[in-house]
Amino acid sequence: MSLVADLKKKFGDKILAEKLDVIDPWIEVSVEGLCEVATYLKDEPSLAFDMLNCITAVDYCEPDPKKAKKVDWEPHLEVVYHLSSTTRKHTLVLKLMLPRWKNDQEGELPEVSTVSGIWSTADWHEREVYDLSGVHFVGHPNLRRILCPEDWVGYPLRKDYEMPLDYHGIRGR
Amino acid sequence: MATQVDDKIVEFDVRTDEMLVNMGPQHPSTHGVLRLVLRTDGEIVSEVTPHIGYLHRCAEKIGENVTPRQWIPYTDRMDYLAAMNMNLGWAMCVEKLLDHQLSEKAKHLRVIISELGRIASHLVGMGTYGLDLGTFSPFLYAFREREKILDLFEDVCGARLTYSYITPGGCTADLPDGWLENCEQFLQQLEPVISEYHTLLTTNAIFIKRTCGIGLLTPEMALDYGCTGPVLRGSGVDYDLRRDGEERYTEMYDGYAFEVIVQKDGNYPRDHDYPSVPVDAVLGDCWHRFYVRMLEVMQAIDLVRQAMDRYRSAEGDWGIPIKLTQKLPKGEVYLETEAPKGQMGFYLVSDGSPIPWRVRARSSSFSNLSVTHELCRGIPIADVPAVVGSLDVVMGEIDR
Repeated sequence: MSLVADLKKKFGDKILAEKLDVIDPWIEVSVEGLCEVATYLKDEPSLAFDMLNCITAVDYCEPDPKKAKKVDWEPHLEVVYHLSSTTRKHTLVLKLMLPRWKNDQEGELPEVSTVSGIWSTADWHEREVYDLSGVHFVGHPNLRRILCPEDWVGYPLRKDYEMPLDYHGIRGR
Repeated sequence: MATQVDDKIVEFDVRTDEMLVNMGPQHPSTHGVLRLVLRTDGEIVSEVTPHIGYLHRCAEKIGENVTPRQWIPYTDRMDYLAAMNMNLGWAMCVEKLLDHQLSEKAKHLRVIISELGRIASHLVGMGTYGLDLGTFSPFLYAFREREKILDLFEDVCGARLTYSYITPGGCTADLPDGWLENCEQFLQQLEPVISEYHTLLTTNAIFIKRTCGIGLLTPEMALDYGCTGPVLRGSGVDYDLRRDGEERYTEMYDGYAFEVIVQKDGNYPRDHDYPSVPVDAVLGDCWHRFYVRMLEVMQAIDLVRQAMDRYRSAEGDWGIPIKLTQKLPKGEVYLETEAPKGQMGFYLVSDGSPIPWRVRARSSSFSNLSVTHELCRGIPIADVPAVVGSLDVVMGEIDR
Protein backbone atom coordinates (compact mmCIF):
# COMPACT_ATOMS: atom_id res chain seq x y z
CA MET A 1 0.00 0.00 0.00
CA SER A 2 1.48 3.30 -1.08
CA LEU A 3 -0.60 5.07 1.55
CA VAL A 4 1.45 3.48 4.32
CA ALA A 5 4.72 4.44 2.64
CA ASP A 6 3.52 8.04 2.31
CA LEU A 7 2.45 8.16 5.92
CA LYS A 8 5.81 6.79 7.05
CA LYS A 9 7.63 9.36 5.00
CA LYS A 10 5.53 12.16 6.41
CA PHE A 11 5.29 11.12 10.04
CA GLY A 12 8.50 9.13 10.48
CA ASP A 13 8.74 7.60 13.91
CA LYS A 14 5.11 8.33 14.74
CA ILE A 15 4.22 5.27 12.64
CA LEU A 16 5.61 2.51 14.81
CA ALA A 17 4.71 -0.62 12.85
CA GLU A 18 2.66 -1.93 9.99
CA LYS A 19 1.20 -5.26 9.04
CA LEU A 20 0.11 -5.49 5.45
CA ASP A 21 0.01 -9.23 4.79
CA VAL A 22 -3.16 -9.83 6.83
CA ILE A 23 -6.84 -9.72 5.83
CA ASP A 24 -7.34 -6.18 7.11
CA PRO A 25 -3.94 -4.44 6.93
CA TRP A 26 -3.23 -2.12 9.85
CA ILE A 27 -0.66 0.40 10.95
CA GLU A 28 0.42 1.18 14.47
CA VAL A 29 0.59 4.81 15.51
CA SER A 30 2.36 6.14 18.57
CA VAL A 31 0.16 7.50 21.34
CA GLU A 32 1.71 10.95 20.98
CA GLY A 33 1.24 11.05 17.22
CA LEU A 34 -2.39 9.91 17.09
CA CYS A 35 -4.09 13.31 16.81
CA GLU A 36 -1.65 14.60 14.23
CA VAL A 37 -1.97 11.50 12.05
CA ALA A 38 -5.77 11.43 12.46
CA THR A 39 -6.15 15.08 11.48
CA TYR A 40 -4.00 14.51 8.40
CA LEU A 41 -5.97 11.41 7.40
CA LYS A 42 -9.20 13.36 7.57
CA ASP A 43 -8.11 16.63 6.00
CA GLU A 44 -5.78 15.46 3.22
CA PRO A 45 -8.03 15.54 0.12
CA SER A 46 -6.42 12.50 -1.47
CA LEU A 47 -7.20 10.40 1.63
CA ALA A 48 -10.40 12.02 2.95
CA PHE A 49 -11.16 9.57 5.75
CA ASP A 50 -14.37 11.36 6.57
CA MET A 51 -15.92 8.56 8.60
CA LEU A 52 -14.73 6.93 11.77
CA ASN A 53 -16.59 3.65 11.76
CA CYS A 54 -15.60 2.13 15.02
CA ILE A 55 -13.30 2.33 18.03
CA THR A 56 -12.55 -0.91 19.83
CA ALA A 57 -10.24 -1.86 22.66
CA VAL A 58 -8.86 -5.38 22.77
CA ASP A 59 -7.38 -6.61 26.03
CA TYR A 60 -4.42 -8.96 25.70
CA CYS A 61 -4.09 -10.62 29.05
CA GLU A 62 -4.39 -14.23 30.10
CA PRO A 63 -5.55 -14.55 33.70
CA ASP A 64 -4.98 -18.33 33.73
CA PRO A 65 -1.25 -18.80 34.59
CA LYS A 66 -1.10 -22.16 32.79
CA LYS A 67 -2.36 -20.70 29.52
CA ALA A 68 -0.36 -17.52 30.01
CA LYS A 69 2.88 -19.45 29.43
CA LYS A 70 1.76 -20.42 25.92
CA VAL A 71 0.81 -17.01 24.55
CA ASP A 72 3.18 -15.18 22.26
CA TRP A 73 2.46 -11.64 23.41
CA GLU A 74 3.18 -9.51 26.42
CA PRO A 75 0.06 -8.32 28.27
CA HIS A 76 -1.15 -5.08 26.72
CA LEU A 77 -4.20 -3.20 25.51
CA GLU A 78 -4.90 -2.35 21.89
CA VAL A 79 -7.15 0.45 20.75
CA VAL A 80 -8.30 -0.08 17.17
CA TYR A 81 -9.72 2.65 14.92
CA HIS A 82 -11.58 1.62 11.77
CA LEU A 83 -11.70 4.47 9.27
CA SER A 84 -13.31 4.75 5.88
CA SER A 85 -13.85 7.34 3.22
CA THR A 86 -17.21 7.82 1.54
CA THR A 87 -15.71 9.73 -1.35
CA ARG A 88 -12.51 7.75 -1.98
CA LYS A 89 -14.13 4.43 -1.00
CA HIS A 90 -11.17 3.07 0.91
CA THR A 91 -10.63 1.93 4.47
CA LEU A 92 -7.81 1.99 6.99
CA VAL A 93 -7.17 0.42 10.37
CA LEU A 94 -5.13 2.31 12.97
CA LYS A 95 -3.86 0.68 16.11
CA LEU A 96 -2.46 1.97 19.36
CA MET A 97 -0.62 -0.22 21.83
CA LEU A 98 -1.08 0.74 25.45
CA PRO A 99 0.01 -0.72 28.75
CA ARG A 100 -2.84 -2.40 30.62
CA TRP A 101 -2.41 0.05 33.48
CA LYS A 102 -0.67 3.39 33.52
CA ASN A 103 2.80 3.07 35.14
CA ASP A 104 1.84 -0.54 35.96
CA GLN A 105 -0.28 0.73 38.84
CA GLU A 106 -3.40 -1.40 38.86
CA GLY A 107 -6.47 0.84 38.70
CA GLU A 108 -4.65 3.69 36.94
CA LEU A 109 -6.14 3.83 33.46
CA PRO A 110 -3.85 4.06 30.42
CA GLU A 111 -4.17 7.36 28.60
CA VAL A 112 -4.79 8.31 24.97
CA SER A 113 -5.76 11.68 23.64
CA THR A 114 -9.30 11.91 22.32
CA VAL A 115 -10.16 12.15 18.63
CA SER A 116 -13.68 13.42 19.34
CA GLY A 117 -12.64 16.84 18.08
CA ILE A 118 -11.76 15.29 14.71
CA TRP A 119 -14.68 12.88 14.29
CA SER A 120 -17.68 13.43 16.57
CA THR A 121 -18.50 9.70 16.34
CA ALA A 122 -15.62 9.22 18.73
CA ASP A 123 -17.54 10.98 21.49
CA TRP A 124 -19.82 8.02 22.24
CA HIS A 125 -17.45 5.36 21.01
CA GLU A 126 -14.71 6.53 23.37
CA ARG A 127 -17.19 6.62 26.22
CA GLU A 128 -18.05 3.01 25.46
CA VAL A 129 -14.39 1.98 25.34
CA TYR A 130 -13.80 3.81 28.63
CA ASP A 131 -16.84 2.17 30.16
CA LEU A 132 -16.16 -1.41 29.11
CA SER A 133 -12.40 -1.62 28.59
CA GLY A 134 -11.01 1.10 30.83
CA VAL A 135 -9.07 3.51 28.65
CA HIS A 136 -8.84 7.15 29.67
CA PHE A 137 -9.31 9.50 26.73
CA VAL A 138 -7.55 12.72 27.64
CA GLY A 139 -9.45 15.82 26.55
CA HIS A 140 -12.77 14.05 26.04
CA PRO A 141 -15.60 16.54 26.75
CA ASN A 142 -17.77 14.14 28.73
CA LEU A 143 -15.99 10.93 29.68
CA ARG A 144 -18.68 9.10 31.65
CA ARG A 145 -19.89 5.53 31.54
CA ILE A 146 -22.42 5.04 28.77
CA LEU A 147 -23.78 1.49 28.87
CA CYS A 148 -23.11 0.47 32.47
CA PRO A 149 -24.63 2.38 35.40
CA GLU A 150 -22.55 5.30 36.60
CA ASP A 151 -21.65 3.62 39.89
CA TRP A 152 -20.45 0.42 38.25
CA VAL A 153 -17.06 -0.80 39.41
CA GLY A 154 -14.48 -2.26 37.04
CA TYR A 155 -14.18 -2.64 33.29
CA PRO A 156 -16.15 -5.69 32.09
CA LEU A 157 -14.31 -6.33 28.84
CA ARG A 158 -10.94 -6.62 30.57
CA LYS A 159 -9.95 -10.27 30.53
CA ASP A 160 -9.24 -10.35 34.26
CA TYR A 161 -12.58 -8.78 35.16
CA GLU A 162 -14.56 -10.59 37.81
CA MET A 163 -18.34 -10.48 37.87
CA PRO A 164 -19.50 -8.69 41.02
CA LEU A 165 -21.47 -10.92 43.36
CA ASP A 166 -23.85 -8.17 44.27
CA TYR A 167 -25.12 -4.93 42.80
CA HIS A 168 -27.51 -2.92 44.99
CA GLY A 169 -28.91 -6.12 46.44
CA ILE A 170 -29.22 -7.86 43.04
CA ARG A 171 -27.39 -11.16 43.09
CA GLY A 172 -24.68 -11.47 40.44
CA ARG A 173 -24.63 -15.22 40.03
CA MET B 1 -57.26 36.79 9.29
CA ALA B 2 -53.89 36.74 10.91
CA THR B 3 -53.83 37.61 14.58
CA GLN B 4 -51.50 40.41 15.56
CA VAL B 5 -49.33 39.46 18.50
CA ASP B 6 -47.22 41.92 20.37
CA ASP B 7 -43.92 40.15 20.96
CA LYS B 8 -43.13 42.08 24.12
CA ILE B 9 -46.40 41.22 25.84
CA VAL B 10 -46.15 37.51 24.98
CA GLU B 11 -42.57 37.41 26.15
CA PHE B 12 -43.58 38.95 29.45
CA ASP B 13 -46.61 36.74 29.94
CA VAL B 14 -45.13 33.31 29.33
CA ARG B 15 -41.67 33.77 30.77
CA THR B 16 -40.72 30.52 32.46
CA ASP B 17 -37.87 29.09 34.44
CA GLU B 18 -35.55 26.58 32.90
CA MET B 19 -36.82 23.11 33.62
CA LEU B 20 -35.39 19.62 33.28
CA VAL B 21 -37.91 17.22 31.81
CA ASN B 22 -37.28 13.53 31.92
CA MET B 23 -38.59 11.62 28.90
CA GLY B 24 -38.41 7.87 29.09
CA PRO B 25 -37.10 5.23 29.57
CA GLN B 26 -40.73 4.09 29.56
CA HIS B 27 -42.14 6.38 26.94
CA PRO B 28 -44.07 5.30 23.86
CA SER B 29 -42.19 7.53 21.45
CA THR B 30 -38.67 6.64 22.51
CA HIS B 31 -38.78 3.29 20.65
CA GLY B 32 -37.87 1.13 23.57
CA VAL B 33 -35.92 2.07 26.64
CA LEU B 34 -34.28 5.32 25.63
CA ARG B 35 -34.20 8.08 28.21
CA LEU B 36 -33.88 11.67 27.14
CA VAL B 37 -33.33 14.47 29.60
CA LEU B 38 -34.60 17.69 28.08
CA ARG B 39 -33.51 21.07 29.33
CA THR B 40 -36.44 23.27 28.42
CA ASP B 41 -37.23 26.91 28.45
CA GLY B 42 -40.98 27.01 28.13
CA GLU B 43 -41.78 24.99 25.03
CA ILE B 44 -38.30 25.21 23.60
CA VAL B 45 -35.69 22.54 24.19
CA SER B 46 -32.26 24.00 24.75
CA GLU B 47 -30.40 20.76 25.35
CA VAL B 48 -31.05 17.05 25.08
CA THR B 49 -29.00 14.42 26.85
CA PRO B 50 -29.72 10.85 25.81
CA HIS B 51 -29.11 8.17 28.43
CA ILE B 52 -28.71 4.66 27.10
CA GLY B 53 -27.76 1.27 28.46
CA TYR B 54 -31.10 0.08 29.84
CA LEU B 55 -31.04 -2.89 27.48
CA HIS B 56 -27.34 -3.71 27.83
CA ARG B 57 -27.02 -7.49 27.82
CA CYS B 58 -23.24 -7.85 27.58
CA ALA B 59 -23.39 -9.33 24.08
CA GLU B 60 -19.70 -8.65 23.44
CA LYS B 61 -18.61 -10.31 26.66
CA ILE B 62 -20.78 -13.33 25.88
CA GLY B 63 -19.22 -13.47 22.42
CA GLU B 64 -15.83 -14.10 24.03
CA ASN B 65 -17.18 -17.26 25.60
CA VAL B 66 -19.09 -18.95 22.77
CA THR B 67 -18.22 -20.04 19.24
CA PRO B 68 -19.27 -17.85 16.31
CA ARG B 69 -22.25 -20.03 15.43
CA GLN B 70 -23.36 -20.04 19.02
CA TRP B 71 -23.27 -16.24 19.00
CA ILE B 72 -25.74 -15.99 16.10
CA PRO B 73 -28.79 -15.95 18.46
CA TYR B 74 -27.26 -12.99 20.29
CA THR B 75 -27.01 -11.05 17.04
CA ASP B 76 -30.73 -11.71 16.56
CA ARG B 77 -31.38 -9.74 19.69
CA MET B 78 -29.46 -6.67 18.57
CA ASP B 79 -31.71 -5.17 15.93
CA TYR B 80 -34.63 -7.48 16.66
CA LEU B 81 -36.72 -5.82 13.94
CA ALA B 82 -34.23 -6.92 11.29
CA ALA B 83 -32.70 -9.98 12.90
CA MET B 84 -31.94 -11.55 9.52
CA ASN B 85 -29.69 -8.65 8.60
CA MET B 86 -27.86 -8.90 11.92
CA ASN B 87 -27.28 -12.61 11.32
CA LEU B 88 -25.95 -11.75 7.89
CA GLY B 89 -23.48 -9.20 9.22
CA TRP B 90 -21.93 -11.58 11.72
CA ALA B 91 -22.03 -14.58 9.37
CA MET B 92 -20.15 -12.64 6.70
CA CYS B 93 -17.59 -11.39 9.19
CA VAL B 94 -16.81 -14.97 10.26
CA GLU B 95 -16.72 -16.10 6.64
CA LYS B 96 -14.25 -13.34 5.89
CA LEU B 97 -11.92 -14.69 8.56
CA LEU B 98 -12.34 -18.25 7.28
CA ASP B 99 -12.10 -17.08 3.65
CA HIS B 100 -15.19 -19.13 3.01
CA GLN B 101 -16.78 -18.79 -0.43
CA LEU B 102 -20.49 -19.26 -0.97
CA SER B 103 -22.17 -20.79 -3.98
CA GLU B 104 -24.18 -18.55 -6.32
CA LYS B 105 -27.40 -20.01 -5.05
CA ALA B 106 -26.56 -19.31 -1.43
CA LYS B 107 -25.76 -15.68 -2.25
CA HIS B 108 -29.08 -15.14 -4.00
CA LEU B 109 -30.88 -16.82 -1.12
CA ARG B 110 -29.25 -14.34 1.23
CA VAL B 111 -30.31 -11.40 -0.94
CA ILE B 112 -33.93 -12.60 -0.89
CA ILE B 113 -33.92 -12.98 2.88
CA SER B 114 -32.05 -9.82 3.78
CA GLU B 115 -34.07 -7.60 1.47
CA LEU B 116 -37.30 -9.01 2.92
CA GLY B 117 -35.83 -8.18 6.32
CA ARG B 118 -35.24 -4.65 5.12
CA ILE B 119 -38.88 -4.31 4.05
CA ALA B 120 -40.05 -5.59 7.44
CA SER B 121 -37.78 -3.18 9.30
CA HIS B 122 -38.77 -0.17 7.23
CA LEU B 123 -42.46 -1.02 7.62
CA VAL B 124 -42.10 -0.91 11.40
CA GLY B 125 -40.04 2.27 11.09
CA MET B 126 -42.81 3.85 9.05
CA GLY B 127 -45.64 2.63 11.29
CA THR B 128 -44.04 3.73 14.55
CA TYR B 129 -43.08 7.05 13.03
CA GLY B 130 -46.77 7.60 12.41
CA LEU B 131 -47.40 6.75 16.07
CA ASP B 132 -44.79 9.27 17.16
CA LEU B 133 -46.59 11.95 15.20
CA GLY B 134 -50.00 11.02 16.58
CA THR B 135 -51.62 8.90 13.91
CA PHE B 136 -52.45 5.34 14.75
CA SER B 137 -53.73 3.74 11.56
CA PRO B 138 -50.50 3.54 9.51
CA PHE B 139 -49.06 1.47 12.34
CA LEU B 140 -51.83 -1.10 11.93
CA TYR B 141 -51.42 -1.13 8.15
CA ALA B 142 -47.66 -1.58 8.49
CA PHE B 143 -47.95 -4.41 10.97
CA ARG B 144 -50.52 -6.15 8.77
CA GLU B 145 -48.00 -6.37 5.93
CA ARG B 146 -45.06 -7.11 8.19
CA GLU B 147 -46.97 -10.05 9.63
CA LYS B 148 -46.94 -11.63 6.18
CA ILE B 149 -43.17 -11.31 5.99
CA LEU B 150 -42.95 -12.94 9.40
CA ASP B 151 -45.14 -15.76 8.07
CA LEU B 152 -42.72 -16.22 5.19
CA PHE B 153 -39.77 -16.25 7.59
CA GLU B 154 -41.59 -18.70 9.82
CA ASP B 155 -41.95 -21.06 6.86
CA VAL B 156 -38.23 -20.78 6.26
CA CYS B 157 -36.83 -21.25 9.76
CA GLY B 158 -39.65 -21.73 12.25
CA ALA B 159 -39.17 -18.45 14.11
CA ARG B 160 -40.97 -15.15 13.75
CA LEU B 161 -38.64 -12.68 15.42
CA THR B 162 -35.26 -14.15 16.31
CA TYR B 163 -34.46 -16.32 13.35
CA SER B 164 -30.83 -17.46 13.63
CA TYR B 165 -31.34 -18.44 10.00
CA ILE B 166 -28.37 -16.96 8.19
CA THR B 167 -25.32 -18.43 9.83
CA PRO B 168 -21.58 -18.66 9.09
CA GLY B 169 -21.23 -20.86 6.03
CA GLY B 170 -24.68 -20.24 4.60
CA CYS B 171 -28.13 -20.74 6.03
CA THR B 172 -29.63 -23.36 8.33
CA ALA B 173 -31.99 -24.70 5.65
CA ASP B 174 -33.06 -24.30 2.06
CA LEU B 175 -36.33 -22.63 1.14
CA PRO B 176 -39.31 -25.00 1.49
CA ASP B 177 -41.33 -26.07 -1.55
CA GLY B 178 -43.71 -23.44 -2.85
CA TRP B 179 -42.11 -20.67 -0.81
CA LEU B 180 -41.06 -18.62 -3.82
CA GLU B 181 -44.64 -18.60 -5.11
CA ASN B 182 -45.90 -17.44 -1.71
CA CYS B 183 -43.27 -14.74 -1.68
CA GLU B 184 -44.18 -13.55 -5.17
CA GLN B 185 -47.81 -13.46 -4.15
CA PHE B 186 -46.91 -11.37 -1.14
CA LEU B 187 -44.89 -8.91 -3.21
CA GLN B 188 -47.73 -8.50 -5.70
CA GLN B 189 -50.04 -7.72 -2.88
CA LEU B 190 -47.60 -5.38 -1.09
CA GLU B 191 -46.79 -3.23 -4.09
CA PRO B 192 -50.17 -1.46 -4.42
CA VAL B 193 -50.36 -1.01 -0.64
CA ILE B 194 -47.24 1.18 -0.69
CA SER B 195 -49.20 3.91 -2.47
CA GLU B 196 -51.74 3.76 0.37
CA TYR B 197 -48.91 4.46 2.79
CA HIS B 198 -47.88 7.41 0.69
CA THR B 199 -51.43 8.74 0.94
CA LEU B 200 -51.58 8.11 4.67
CA LEU B 201 -48.24 9.64 5.55
CA THR B 202 -45.83 10.81 2.85
CA THR B 203 -48.23 13.23 1.17
CA ASN B 204 -50.47 13.84 4.18
CA ALA B 205 -50.70 17.58 4.92
CA ILE B 206 -50.34 17.17 8.70
CA PHE B 207 -47.44 14.77 8.29
CA ILE B 208 -45.70 17.21 5.98
CA LYS B 209 -46.21 20.04 8.46
CA ARG B 210 -44.77 17.94 11.28
CA THR B 211 -41.68 16.72 9.40
CA CYS B 212 -40.62 19.21 6.72
CA GLY B 213 -37.76 21.45 7.74
CA ILE B 214 -37.55 19.78 11.17
CA GLY B 215 -34.38 18.17 12.47
CA LEU B 216 -32.11 19.37 9.71
CA LEU B 217 -29.02 17.17 9.41
CA THR B 218 -26.36 18.51 7.09
CA PRO B 219 -24.26 15.98 5.15
CA GLU B 220 -21.12 17.19 6.94
CA MET B 221 -22.67 16.66 10.33
CA ALA B 222 -24.04 13.26 9.31
CA LEU B 223 -20.58 12.05 8.31
CA ASP B 224 -18.96 13.66 11.34
CA TYR B 225 -21.24 11.73 13.69
CA GLY B 226 -20.94 8.51 11.69
CA CYS B 227 -24.59 8.44 10.71
CA THR B 228 -25.27 5.76 8.13
CA GLY B 229 -28.07 4.16 6.19
CA PRO B 230 -31.25 6.12 5.43
CA VAL B 231 -30.18 8.84 7.88
CA LEU B 232 -27.05 9.53 5.84
CA ARG B 233 -28.77 9.17 2.47
CA GLY B 234 -31.63 11.39 3.65
CA SER B 235 -29.00 14.12 3.91
CA GLY B 236 -28.04 13.61 0.30
CA VAL B 237 -24.83 11.62 0.75
CA ASP B 238 -24.58 9.05 -2.01
CA TYR B 239 -23.23 6.10 -0.06
CA ASP B 240 -24.63 2.60 0.24
CA LEU B 241 -22.51 -0.39 1.19
CA ARG B 242 -24.42 -2.61 -1.20
CA ARG B 243 -22.61 -0.69 -3.90
CA ASP B 244 -19.62 0.86 -2.09
CA GLY B 245 -18.82 -1.74 0.53
CA GLU B 246 -16.25 -4.47 0.61
CA GLU B 247 -16.06 -6.80 -2.35
CA ARG B 248 -17.16 -9.77 -0.29
CA TYR B 249 -20.43 -7.96 0.38
CA THR B 250 -20.98 -6.11 -2.90
CA GLU B 251 -20.47 -9.26 -4.96
CA MET B 252 -23.76 -10.52 -3.50
CA TYR B 253 -25.42 -7.74 -5.48
CA ASP B 254 -23.32 -8.14 -8.64
CA GLY B 255 -25.49 -7.81 -11.73
CA TYR B 256 -28.54 -6.61 -9.83
CA ALA B 257 -30.26 -3.56 -11.21
CA PHE B 258 -30.60 -1.04 -8.41
CA GLU B 259 -29.89 2.59 -7.81
CA VAL B 260 -28.86 4.02 -4.46
CA ILE B 261 -31.84 5.89 -3.04
CA VAL B 262 -30.53 9.39 -2.62
CA GLN B 263 -31.40 12.81 -3.94
CA LYS B 264 -28.98 13.63 -6.75
CA ASP B 265 -29.19 16.99 -8.52
CA GLY B 266 -32.51 17.60 -6.82
CA ASN B 267 -34.07 14.34 -7.95
CA TYR B 268 -34.70 10.94 -6.44
CA PRO B 269 -34.52 7.85 -8.66
CA ARG B 270 -37.58 7.60 -10.86
CA ASP B 271 -37.81 3.83 -11.27
CA HIS B 272 -41.32 3.84 -9.84
CA ASP B 273 -44.17 6.26 -9.55
CA TYR B 274 -43.22 8.01 -6.32
CA PRO B 275 -45.03 11.03 -4.89
CA SER B 276 -43.18 14.25 -5.46
CA VAL B 277 -41.16 16.08 -2.81
CA PRO B 278 -43.22 18.78 -1.06
CA VAL B 279 -42.03 22.36 -1.51
CA ASP B 280 -41.40 22.80 2.22
CA ALA B 281 -39.06 19.83 2.50
CA VAL B 282 -35.38 20.61 2.89
CA LEU B 283 -32.78 17.96 2.14
CA GLY B 284 -31.69 16.40 5.42
CA ASP B 285 -34.93 16.96 7.34
CA CYS B 286 -37.19 14.34 8.93
CA TRP B 287 -39.35 14.09 5.85
CA HIS B 288 -36.42 13.13 3.62
CA ARG B 289 -35.19 10.44 5.99
CA PHE B 290 -38.69 8.97 6.02
CA TYR B 291 -38.98 9.23 2.25
CA VAL B 292 -35.67 7.43 1.68
CA ARG B 293 -36.98 4.53 3.76
CA MET B 294 -40.22 4.38 1.82
CA LEU B 295 -38.34 4.34 -1.47
CA GLU B 296 -36.05 1.63 -0.18
CA VAL B 297 -39.06 -0.58 0.46
CA MET B 298 -39.98 -0.28 -3.21
CA GLN B 299 -36.39 -0.96 -4.21
CA ALA B 300 -36.20 -3.97 -1.92
CA ILE B 301 -39.28 -5.42 -3.63
CA ASP B 302 -37.43 -5.17 -6.96
CA LEU B 303 -34.32 -6.73 -5.47
CA VAL B 304 -36.25 -9.67 -3.98
CA ARG B 305 -37.86 -10.30 -7.39
CA GLN B 306 -34.49 -10.25 -9.16
CA ALA B 307 -32.98 -12.49 -6.50
CA MET B 308 -35.79 -15.01 -6.80
CA ASP B 309 -35.26 -15.24 -10.56
CA ARG B 310 -31.56 -15.84 -10.08
CA TYR B 311 -32.10 -18.26 -7.22
CA ARG B 312 -34.35 -20.44 -9.39
CA SER B 313 -31.69 -20.94 -12.04
CA ALA B 314 -28.58 -20.76 -9.85
CA GLU B 315 -26.16 -23.63 -9.37
CA GLY B 316 -24.79 -25.01 -6.14
CA ASP B 317 -26.05 -25.68 -2.65
CA TRP B 318 -27.92 -23.31 -0.36
CA GLY B 319 -24.89 -22.94 1.89
CA ILE B 320 -24.00 -25.59 4.45
CA PRO B 321 -23.19 -24.02 7.83
CA ILE B 322 -19.72 -24.46 9.28
CA LYS B 323 -19.23 -26.85 12.18
CA LEU B 324 -20.49 -25.55 15.50
CA THR B 325 -17.00 -25.70 16.99
CA GLN B 326 -15.00 -25.01 13.86
CA LYS B 327 -11.47 -23.83 14.60
CA LEU B 328 -10.89 -20.23 13.55
CA PRO B 329 -7.61 -19.17 11.97
CA LYS B 330 -5.56 -16.66 13.91
CA GLY B 331 -6.23 -13.10 12.84
CA GLU B 332 -8.66 -10.26 12.98
CA VAL B 333 -11.33 -9.04 10.59
CA TYR B 334 -13.79 -6.20 10.42
CA LEU B 335 -16.74 -6.19 8.08
CA GLU B 336 -19.67 -3.84 7.64
CA THR B 337 -22.91 -4.61 5.89
CA GLU B 338 -25.80 -2.37 4.98
CA ALA B 339 -28.46 -3.24 7.53
CA PRO B 340 -31.84 -1.46 7.25
CA LYS B 341 -30.92 1.09 9.91
CA GLY B 342 -27.40 1.74 8.71
CA GLN B 343 -23.98 0.18 8.53
CA MET B 344 -23.69 -2.73 10.92
CA GLY B 345 -20.10 -3.71 11.56
CA PHE B 346 -18.64 -6.71 13.29
CA TYR B 347 -15.05 -7.02 14.44
CA LEU B 348 -13.63 -10.41 15.30
CA VAL B 349 -10.24 -11.15 16.84
CA SER B 350 -9.24 -14.78 16.93
CA ASP B 351 -6.34 -16.41 18.72
CA GLY B 352 -6.64 -19.65 16.76
CA SER B 353 -9.12 -21.43 19.00
CA PRO B 354 -12.80 -22.07 18.13
CA ILE B 355 -13.86 -19.28 20.51
CA PRO B 356 -13.10 -15.69 19.48
CA TRP B 357 -10.72 -13.67 21.63
CA ARG B 358 -12.78 -10.55 21.17
CA VAL B 359 -15.93 -9.65 19.30
CA ARG B 360 -17.27 -6.19 18.73
CA ALA B 361 -20.52 -5.02 17.23
CA ARG B 362 -20.48 -1.58 15.67
CA SER B 363 -24.07 -0.56 15.88
CA SER B 364 -25.61 1.74 13.30
CA SER B 365 -28.32 3.06 15.61
CA PHE B 366 -25.69 3.88 18.25
CA SER B 367 -23.99 6.37 15.97
CA ASN B 368 -27.27 7.57 14.48
CA LEU B 369 -28.61 8.37 17.93
CA SER B 370 -25.48 10.22 18.99
CA VAL B 371 -26.45 13.11 16.71
CA THR B 372 -29.74 13.72 18.61
CA HIS B 373 -28.42 16.51 20.80
CA GLU B 374 -27.40 18.47 17.70
CA LEU B 375 -30.77 18.01 16.01
CA CYS B 376 -32.87 18.78 19.07
CA ARG B 377 -31.25 22.07 20.04
CA GLY B 378 -33.75 24.89 19.94
CA ILE B 379 -36.81 22.98 18.78
CA PRO B 380 -40.19 22.72 20.56
CA ILE B 381 -40.73 19.71 22.84
CA ALA B 382 -43.39 18.38 20.48
CA ASP B 383 -40.78 18.04 17.73
CA VAL B 384 -38.45 15.88 19.80
CA PRO B 385 -40.39 12.65 19.07
CA ALA B 386 -40.52 13.66 15.40
CA VAL B 387 -36.73 13.98 15.28
CA VAL B 388 -35.90 10.87 17.31
CA GLY B 389 -38.47 8.84 15.39
CA SER B 390 -37.01 9.90 12.06
CA LEU B 391 -33.66 8.40 13.08
CA ASP B 392 -35.47 5.03 13.44
CA VAL B 393 -33.31 3.61 16.21
CA VAL B 394 -33.69 0.29 17.94
CA MET B 395 -32.48 0.14 21.50
CA GLY B 396 -31.54 -3.52 21.35
CA GLU B 397 -28.89 -2.64 18.84
CA ILE B 398 -27.66 0.44 20.67
CA ASP B 399 -27.21 -1.22 24.04
CA ARG B 400 -26.31 -4.68 22.75
